[in-house]
Amino acid sequence: MASIAARARPLAISADLSVERKLAGINIFIALAALAVGGLMGVLQILRYNGLDLYTPAKPLLPGGYYQGLTVHGVLNVLVFTTFYIIGFLTYIFAKALNRPLASSRLAWATLWVMVSGLLLAAIPLLTNNATVMFTFYPPLKADSLFYIGLTMVVAGTWLLLVNMILTRNAWLADNPGQRTPLPAFMAIVTMLMWTIATIGVASEMIFLVIPWSLGLVGGTDPVLARTLFWFTGHPIVYFWLLPAYISWYTLVPAQAGGKLFSDPMARVSFILFLILSIPIGMHHQVTDPGISEMWKLVHAVFTFGVFFPSLLTFFNVVASLEYAGRRNGGEGWLAWIFNLPWGKPEISAQLVAMMLFAFGGISGLVNASYNVNLVVHNTSWISGHFHLTVGTAVALSFMGITYWLVPHLTGRALWSRSLGVAQAWLWFVGMGLFSHFMHELGLRGMPRRSDIGGAPYVQDEWRFFLFFAMIGGLIMFVSAIFYYLNMIMTLTRGKKLAEVPDITFARALSGPEDAPKVLDRLLVWVAVAAVLILINYLPTIIDIISTATFDIPGRRVW
Amino acid sequence: MKDKKFISYLFEVAWILPSVAIPVSMMVAILVTAFAVGVRVPTSAGRVSISAVVAGTDSTFSQTGLREIAPGRYEAIMLAQTFMFVPNTIEIPAGSKVTFVLTSKDVIHGFKIEGVPVNVMVIPGQVSRVTATFDKPGEYLIVCHEYCGAGHHVMFGKVIVN
Ligand code: HEM
Ligand SMILES: [Cu+2]
Ligand SMILES: [Cu+2]
Repeated sequence: MASIAARARPLAISADLSVERKLAGINIFIALAALAVGGLMGVLQILRYNGLDLYTPAKPLLPGGYYQGLTVHGVLNVLVFTTFYIIGFLTYIFAKALNRPLASSRLAWATLWVMVSGLLLAAIPLLTNNATVMFTFYPPLKADSLFYIGLTMVVAGTWLLLVNMILTRNAWLADNPGQRTPLPAFMAIVTMLMWTIATIGVASEMIFLVIPWSLGLVGGTDPVLARTLFWFTGHPIVYFWLLPAYISWYTLVPAQAGGKLFSDPMARVSFILFLILSIPIGMHHQVTDPGISEMWKLVHAVFTFGVFFPSLLTFFNVVASLEYAGRRNGGEGWLAWIFNLPWGKPEISAQLVAMMLFAFGGISGLVNASYNVNLVVHNTSWISGHFHLTVGTAVALSFMGITYWLVPHLTGRALWSRSLGVAQAWLWFVGMGLFSHFMHELGLRGMPRRSDIGGAPYVQDEWRFFLFFAMIGGLIMFVSAIFYYLNMIMTLTRGKKLAEVPDITFARALSGPEDAPKVLDRLLVWVAVAAVLILINYLPTIIDIISTATFDIPGRRVW
Repeated sequence: MKDKKFISYLFEVAWILPSVAIPVSMMVAILVTAFAVGVRVPTSAGRVSISAVVAGTDSTFSQTGLREIAPGRYEAIMLAQTFMFVPNTIEIPAGSKVTFVLTSKDVIHGFKIEGVPVNVMVIPGQVSRVTATFDKPGEYLIVCHEYCGAGHHVMFGKVIVN
């Protein structure tokens, strides 16, 4: 039946996407290499929490000890791994969904080269202990200027992908008048639009404040202005990480699970809401900052609850799609259909596990966002517990899950072991569940984050029990990571050559794009709405800071 | 076909309503605790010249320490610097209400007191001002909870309530 139907449809000619394939492969390779090194630092941290010091033997490689390791952990895991993976994945998914190569292949290669050059420049001070300033690099901590210049280049490189996407979509629209942009391409371009607007913050911080100051061109800086610009990008960056995972959950997972997307219009609406609401809420990271008025903190808190709405839409839409798949596979009952999802596929297990842990991350995130409740948890290990569920699992584990089908698709080699992949996902679930639970507990008992707890004089006796179990969780995650990299390396070197490379199937929708209001595709309208909200929520504070700033805070190297 | 569309529309509405109701009700809860119960967050408390603070000539921060400003009402002027608080111990009788006024001499530090809702960043050039009431006798741990350099983990202090 199915094959007759397939043959009856006119065969679409596949565009030549060889450049996009290569770019996806290279970017994802760099991303995974970064995650391997970054993840290893996490293991050193969790052992050191319990008094096992591997920093002394690692001294020749890691002269800055705990804090250099933590900076490497943060920078590689959430700046390098995420950004390179996302650029690679979106480049390919976008071209694939439009069935058309990017408008300029030279621009596409330039994107990669600008990003890679930036990465190499930033890596020099990072690895030589000349940028032990954490991934947030708050001035007046002062790193070597190459660190800032390199990171700025990585960001600037990503903007080139947006330019390329716009050119490509315009050409596609000209060839397909009146058609709706296919959902995965729509989501990819909305993600990059949101990200590009969001990075105006950190780019201004770098270009106007930090780089001239680190080069010695100006004597001082203003830390509050720097923090405010940083968090202008620093909150929406979490949506830059999450939205690509959502693209997979919305447009790929339902098909891989044997079903359809529940609602295409609802998916479009949620992405548009992320575009307009992700940015004007960044000051919820500055609830405890002096120099910012309580009133604006409250406004950002209110808008933060607004962005909870598209998150819930996503949750319901994805779960409804999964339920549809489960029932199509013969599942019944209120929840029993869950067992009829194809758990034996590693790409499915990994992403479903990621979604489950993400639900808990969402709940602890609500606590963080709750304005005055933030006082209990701000900068404690609660926050570490929280973001290991979100970026460390919802994002990182989904991205790993995607590679279980994407790497075979790109390389033409079958995954070395599917069952190892499934085991990897569940080990991550158990390990992360323990680790993050105990980190949350430690935070509630007052343990600060970003502190070399193994050497701290104020460790409370009651912390030790929780620290121990957090370590057990961390070590299980480490085993999971080893399974993952073993599987990837074996796939690349020993994976069976596939006679026929499986193509990507995007999920069809129960309620399709024809039901979505046309205005959703008018991206300029939404960019304008976003700009207005950003100006309202940021301009008064930024003007206030700049007009009172003296720019006389000298830089410090305190490590 | 029409029916199916309608049912799926009902489904969408059934999802959307709670998606609006949940955040809105949480929002209301926050507004109530902030303004009716009075759990407030740090706000702008003015700027201070870092060179004056470092030189010891600033009128507020040249004299650190605890001052009783009214019966049971104290003000603690404190400096955060790598890697200590000055002073690092504050001693008060139970039931005291203390306003902590801080700034930093160098990089950003954190100031969190366990057991009371005090959690504020200490930023060079800025004044941080937070108030708490200490009802129960005992030792309250103060930790620096923002990375401030190689000795960050040894930066802590105490509030001793008698
Ligand atoms: C084996 C797995 C991992 C372990 C054992 C681990 C452990 C830790 C620990 C103990 C901390 C807290 C350090 C401190 O505050 O002093 C931490 C921080 C952090 N981790 Fe992980 N982690 C792991 C994987 C990941 C992954 C996969 C990500 C994200 C993709 C991630 C992102 C972060 C970030 C952003 C921080 C904060 C760094 C900072 O405060 O500057 N970690 N990790
Ligand atoms: Cu945020
Ligand atoms: Cu510190």
